[in-house]
Amino acid sequence: MATVSAPKQVSVKEDAEALRKACQGWGTDEKAIIAVLGHRNAAQRRQIRHVYEEIYQEDLIKRLESELSGHFEVTNGTIIAKAVYRWILDPPDRDAVLANVELKKSGNKHHVMVEISCTKNPEELLAIRRAYHARYKRSLEEEVAYHTKGDTRRLLVALVSAFRYYGEEINTTLAKSEAKKLHEAIKDKKFGNEDVIRILSTRSIAQLQATFNCYREQEGTSITKNLPKDSSDEYIATLRMAVRCLKDPKKYFEKVLRRSIEGIGTDEDALTRVIVTRAEKDLKEIKELYHKRNNVPLDKAVDKETSGDYKDMLLTLLGNE
Amino acid sequence: IGVDEKSLISILTNSNEEHKRSLRKGSSKLFIEDENGFERWDQSSIKILKHQFNRFRDAVVLSLLHPWERDARLIEKAIRKGPKHYNVIVETACTRSSDQLLGARKAYHSLFHHSIEEHLTHIKGRERKLLVALVSAYRYEGTGVNEDVAKSEAQILYEAINNGDKNKLLDHEDAIMILATRSKQHLQALYRHYNQSYDKTLAQDLEGEGILKDTVECLCTPQTYFTRVLEAAVKEDADEESKRALTRVIVTQKEQLVKEGFVPNKIQDILLGLNKDFMLASIASGDIK
Repeated sequence: MATVSAPKQVSVKEDAEALRKACQGWGTDEKAIIAVLGHRNAAQRRQIRHVYEEIYQEDLIKRLESELSGHFEVTNGTIIAKAVYRWILDPPDRDAVLANVELKKSGNKHHVMVEISCTKNPEELLAIRRAYHARYKRSLEEEVAYHTKGDTRRLLVALVSAFRYYGEEINTTLAKSEAKKLHEAIKDKKFGNEDVIRILSTRSIAQLQATFNCYREQEGTSITKNLPKDSSDEYIATLRMAVRCLKDPKKYFEKVLRRSIEGIGTDEDALTRVIVTRAEKDLKEIKELYHKRNNVPLDKAVDKETSGDYKDMLLTLLGNE
Repeated sequence: IGVDEKSLISILTNSNEEHKRSLRKGSSKLFIEDENGFERWDQSSIKILKHQFNRFRDAVVLSLLHPWERDARLIEKAIRKGPKHYNVIVETACTRSSDQLLGARKAYHSLFHHSIEEHLTHIKGRERKLLVALVSAYRYEGTGVNEDVAKSEAQILYEAINNGDKNKLLDHEDAIMILATRSKQHLQALYRHYNQSYDKTLAQDLEGEGILKDTVECLCTPQTYFTRVLEAAVKEDADEESKRALTRVIVTQKEQLVKEGFVPNKIQDILLGLNKDFMLASIASGDIK
């Protein structure tokens, strides 16, 4: 369930005017921006942008970009800018932007790519691919192919190109035999073998869940436990992420949140990404999981670990008033 | 030999026994004198007639279906029938627009309760990787090609073909990625660069490489591919498969064929009977999607 509380009736005209006011004069009234946008769902945000453009003859997003990123004096100036920018975009567009940013980063972490291809339904992934065309004049898969190599490339291209069957039908015999194939590959440390990539990137989610269950029955432990944890091998780490996302997305996101907050410093990128992309989906359940796991509500942890307008934004999206 | 249904029906319903016997005696191609004193139908003629009717039926059904269902069924049949038919998968995946291919994938879900990718796992051969990649593509369709990248990728393909093991081409990851993910515009630019840099075309270099050549042609020079298929179908000794290809190509490529003036002249000669009339009529009617 979503955590964002958006009133059913809103006056998008008033919202547009409020946002305009927040951007005028000295500085930017981030609180006002968050107060409006943090309480609007995707459809409403779209309408606000449309009306804003009609009235003021400019793109609201571009205006916010220039207003917010100028605040270098404020230590988390660009962090709030990124968060607002991500939030205001249409979900498929947002994911396309996140994917592109991740591809351009020369690291070897593929969180976004795995998340969009393994925790979204087929239509959502399709919408992201379309948005990517429109924004970057390339297909998502060709960019992934260009920026990665080896087994990682084979896995990621297959995952983002998938158009899985949406039905709930399960073939138990197939699940059993594919669970065996997965186990054999893992046992022989042939993590990149064809069967692994094929099964993970072509089967429907329902069929995969059945396969993972059969795996557990056959081997006595879950498949994720048998994949090396915290591996420095790019492919194995990516593979493990994909399996975890396909198996239990909420559990996966809880862990990303937990990891982003615990220890010294906060990984704002990860924190923002999870909260912004799940706030309208299943952040409520993820919060509950977090509370159960860490004995402290997520809101409290965010309150403690972040500050300023960034904190305000996150807490608003988490459902606080 | 052909089937002119209207005339046939008119003749038969209006004939008496005497008339029919003289018809049989007069058609020495269709009827043979049997030693038991009657004119029997020649076995091979029956076969031809059957094929004619089948092709007509196929043409009608193929024309009537929604293009998405049509393409999904073409692919499913090709997977079932085996390696000699994989070119149909390539043809369908590579000559439709991105959204048409997507539609076919959706239709496949509805019709067969699996994704095309899943069913392709039934293929044990080395073509599988390429085929899965081709049907999974959702290519960008805008203009704007990075010529430098196109040129360097032309080189990658050149080296894969000429310096590497030609037998291993279907396993060449980079080659497959390029062919399966790049936009058609990009690949056409690549094709041009290849020609300029190496004095031969990519298709020529892939002569004999079956679906790899088909892939390149379908993506870069579809008219060449379709011309090849059509010409094979109108040859004297064309087999049944080739003739079926004729139906498929004409129905699915109506628009393009009319543009290029390939029909009706060439086709008229071999399409006979009702099938011909149907084909020509549907092309002439400009039944454009």
